Amino acid sequence: MIGFITSNAILWPIVVPLTGAMLAMLFWSSPVAQRIVTAVALAAMLAAALILLDRILSDGQVAMTFGGWAPPFGISFVADRLGTAMVVVTAVLAAAVMLFGRADIRGRQEHSGFYPLMLGMLASINGAFLTGDLFNLYVWFEIMLITAMGLLVIDRTRAQLDGTIKYAVLNLFSTLLFLLAIAIVYGVTGTLNMADLSVVLGQTQDNAALALAAALFLVGFGIKAGYFPLFFWLPGSYHTASITVAAIFAGLLTKVGVYATFRIFSLFFEGGEAMRDVMAIMAAGTMLFGVFGAAVQWDVRRILSFHIISQIGYMLLGLAIGTPAALGGAAFYIVHHIIVKANLFLIAGAIYRASGTFDLRKSGGLMASHPMLALLFAIPALSLAGIPPLSGFWAKVMVIDASFQSGGGWLAAIGLFVGLLTIFSMSKIWIEAFWKPAPLGRSKPRPVPAVMLVSIAALSAITVWIGLQPEPLINYTLATGESLLDQGTYVRATFAGTTGELP
Amino acid sequence: MNLIYSAGIAAIMACGVYLLLSRHVMRIVYGVILISASVNLALFLAGRIGPNPPPLIPSGETVLSAGAANPLPQALVLTAIVIGLSLVAFAAALALQTFRTTGTLDSRKLTQAEALGSPYEEGKGQ
Repeated sequence: MIGFITSNAILWPIVVPLTGAMLAMLFWSSPVAQRIVTAVALAAMLAAALILLDRILSDGQVAMTFGGWAPPFGISFVADRLGTAMVVVTAVLAAAVMLFGRADIRGRQEHSGFYPLMLGMLASINGAFLTGDLFNLYVWFEIMLITAMGLLVIDRTRAQLDGTIKYAVLNLFSTLLFLLAIAIVYGVTGTLNMADLSVVLGQTQDNAALALAAALFLVGFGIKAGYFPLFFWLPGSYHTASITVAAIFAGLLTKVGVYATFRIFSLFFEGGEAMRDVMAIMAAGTMLFGVFGAAVQWDVRRILSFHIISQIGYMLLGLAIGTPAALGGAAFYIVHHIIVKANLFLIAGAIYRASGTFDLRKSGGLMASHPMLALLFAIPALSLAGIPPLSGFWAKVMVIDASFQSGGGWLAAIGLFVGLLTIFSMSKIWIEAFWKPAPLGRSKPRPVPAVMLVSIAALSAITVWIGLQPEPLINYTLATGESLLDQGTYVRATFAGTTGELP
Repeated sequence: MNLIYSAGIAAIMACGVYLLLSRHVMRIVYGVILISASVNLALFLAGRIGPNPPPLIPSGETVLSAGAANPLPQALVLTAIVIGLSLVAFAAALALQTFRTTGTLDSRKLTQAEALGSPYEEGKGQ
């Protein structure tokens, strides 16, 4: 039994939430049963992710091909260090955010199918992180898109409908570009297995069709991930979602796009200098425009939405530089950012609960009435800005140090400058919501449910823990950076243990 | 043959992009449908079309005959069509709900999300 579980470790992070989604769907009319199913599924997903992490730490990479077809014909699932790290963070984050959701999700949302949609989305996120097949990645993207749209519009308010239309149109367009890129790659190579593509494209002459496909991949994933200049849908829609949904979106959805960019452009479009230059400019634009956009906003959630974009720039920066250290730094940044950004959204929800508004002009006085919340806000806010000794400091050190070492001094300078502006936005939230006295005529601040504080505290504790004990994660992510550039290991892992000929 | 086919795909794609740039939400949805159709055709074309024998293995043999049609793109297109159908159905339902709630499908008037916390519209936030 235990042998069966560990030998199929790559399956469970996908199967568990998918089964949970189906079960929750069966209990459509009973929110209590759905809650129990979701809690069990999230706990099992966390266990599954840790089992997979254990396998990866001992074996390096794990792969599985379905349907009794040897790769490259069957659909492969491959877990490498990057994918596994994402799966583990997803499971941790989902557990913490859904704990917060216990106090935030309303009965009407439960009756609209909140739990099946959420579990389905988590299954598709894990699927995207673990798949080793290009078309399968597209399918996970589409499942993610439709469940995410369902979650985004779950309250059917005017703002949500408006935000969801923008989200739907641009994301549909991006997945169509992605599918077109798949069509071109398939036309050139005749294969969709990523490991096989890595081998075949290594032997193929560069041609116009492949350059076009690479550009389509970059734009398609760029819309998903929110790279400059393709990010406009993100601050136009994320802030309308209910706070539990927004926290999961902010933490995970854009990172799936980032992960896909990393996978594609490290495994089989290693890219020439021209691609790296384009990515560097996009990274610089993403960092700068995100942080400038945040500076003028007054809604906490919109400020945070713009900051998602600016932080995504640091991750793309790692890919643009492309050295093992830079890729490792970007992987560290992704892990750090998922935890911190989702936590900030949860705190925005707590601010709303306490002061009755997301608008910073109308809130205030929370420092006096909720000192604990103020302390918990300080941790992720300072971490986001990169203040030592929190996790964001190490993330920024790794990425910026790598850019200096490979001659990308101007990118490093932008990174440091954006860090400074991040402090500006965070202190704006601090001053307006916590420090300044409550505006006249506001009712007394209401208490924040303990469940909310517990989940915020748990995520803050992870941030502090990574900050004080960064070494295990730094070692892990540096090994991730090395393994991303070592396509041979990925290919061997996919083809290992099958009857398929090693190409 | 391939050239005619490509030109057709390009024409459909162009119509789709034109509709996508419209201000009316329903036209945008139609644009997505057309782009989706043209991408599906491109996927189909990527599998090399032509007067090929069907991909059936005769009894007694273990491999396909050379020059048989490639069945994989059809499976891919079928998947993409099903996914496209569900997403377009959702988009249409979304447009309907938007019209019922806000009374308009003109994207210039759909600004409720932008108004939240906007620096230009004092006090319009929640």
